[in-house]
Amino acid sequence: MTVELWEALAGGVLIGLGAAILLLLNGKIAGISGILGNTVHGVFGPNAWRAAFLVGLLTPAAIFGVSSAQFSPGLPILAVAGLLVGVGTQLGSGCTSGHGVCGLANGSPRSLIATVSFMLFAMITVYVVRHGAVSWAS
Amino acid sequence: MGFVTALLAGGVFGTGLLISRMYEPQRVLSFLDVAGHWNPALAFTMAGAIAAAAPAYWFVRTRKRDLLEHAVELPDRSRIDRRLVAGSAVFGIGWGLSGICPGPGLLLLTGLSLPAIVFVGGLVAGIFAVRLLPQRVSAGSAGV
Repeated sequence: MTVELWEALAGGVLIGLGAAILLLLNGKIAGISGILGNTVHGVFGPNAWRAAFLVGLLTPAAIFGVSSAQFSPGLPILAVAGLLVGVGTQLGSGCTSGHGVCGLANGSPRSLIATVSFMLFAMITVYVVRHGAVSWAS
Repeated sequence: MGFVTALLAGGVFGTGLLISRMYEPQRVLSFLDVAGHWNPALAFTMAGAIAAAAPAYWFVRTRKRDLLEHAVELPDRSRIDRRLVAGSAVFGIGWGLSGICPGPGLLLLTGLSLPAIVFVGGLVAGIFAVRLLPQRVSAGSAGV
């Protein structure tokens, strides 16, 4: 296994541990779209746990930086993508963390269907953008 | 107490996102690009995360309480409807266009780059837009 895959696995274990801590000590689900959706509407929850989780989430990135990230499409497509992610995760009640990690860890058929749906549509979208006739978003 | 534990949970989660480097859109897109030079890293991250969280979910699901003996009601696992499938599909299209989902989007925002600000601006606008939809469409249980 390459270093990159070990990093991916080790990072994943920490993501799962973070979700486990939030469940075991706060009784809450580490679904970021749900936490963000409630927070922007001013619903912070008992002990302001949502705000606390978000502060903790962003602290390592604020310290170590995220400069290795390269953004793929231009700004108009990024704005549309953000909008679709916002609408889709609120309607579908979850994202990669809520359905893909917490829901699957909970053995939820509902989350499995959601995960298959967003994975499939994301793969189709990437296929169309990178290999299809449509090249406007790449 | 609840504030500190949630802060800790977020910190561990955020460190994991950083180490896995899943905040990099190019890494996510190379996983989603099954017809190109496919990179399986995201599958390793998800497998590690699910394996690490599953015992905690099993523990709380069977006891219906967390470690501090607070009652916990986990979301309904069985309700599968059009809203769930269609909403997730819309999310998938946005994820495929950008390579960014909500957690990494927030991490990228700490770099204060214009693309990250534009993406998260769209994300927050989308969250507010759903509240403006007719109640029969927008009403649903929060969470998973």
